[in-house]
Amino acid sequence: MRHYEVTFIVDPVLSGDEVKSTAEHIQNDLKGFGATIIAVDEMGLQQLAYQMNKRSSGVYYSIEFGTIAADWLVKFELNLKRNEKLMRFLTVKLDKYGIKYNDDKRNGLIGKRKKDATAAKAEELDAVVAAPAVVDLDA
Amino acid sequence: MAASREDVKFLSNPKIGLKHKKYCRFRKFGIKHIDYKDADFLLQFINEQGKLLPRRITGNSLKYQRRVATAVKRARHLGMLPFLADLMK
Repeated sequence: MRHYEVTFIVDPVLSGDEVKSTAEHIQNDLKGFGATIIAVDEMGLQQLAYQMNKRSSGVYYSIEFGTIAADWLVKFELNLKRNEKLMRFLTVKLDKYGIKYNDDKRNGLIGKRKKDATAAKAEELDAVVAAPAVVDLDA
Repeated sequence: MAASREDVKFLSNPKIGLKHKKYCRFRKFGIKHIDYKDADFLLQFINEQGKLLPRRITGNSLKYQRRVATAVKRARHLGMLPFLADLMK
């Protein structure tokens, strides 16, 4: 079974219920095509890096699904394209490392390690600043 | 008193003369997958204008530089990273 991941941005102007029903509609669509949904990641309302359809924020969703035959993906993407509640979407195939990465992320193995790394970096920077630089030019 | 070249080197930052070997962080730490949704991580590979940094600077191996480039492009498509920016860092 191959794993795919579809990430899409829902229009933030819609009400909370409408956003949820849009996401559910897409999941039902996937199930209708015979895919098994592995995980749904609600990333929530986020600021966009640039304006998109005159909106500066969007509601992000990421769905990982598995399927044996993938010939229906074109039809599925066409449905997404026709859906006016979506601002943008991206479907990618996951390799074995991608599957493992998503698995680890769900079990909380990845976000935590990254936080530790940034904390260590900050400490390192502090240490560099704390060390006084004595430069005696007259000596 | 004129200090010789060696003295000046000693009095200033002692790390100046040392050369640090660049390395590919993906190979070194065994990162096999680059997530396009992790914009904070990808921020390390782009400059202030949102352009991709060259391998010359990041030290990535060719294989992972290509994957970083793909991930950054995907993140741009999804509005997580800008196509162009001023002073984003």
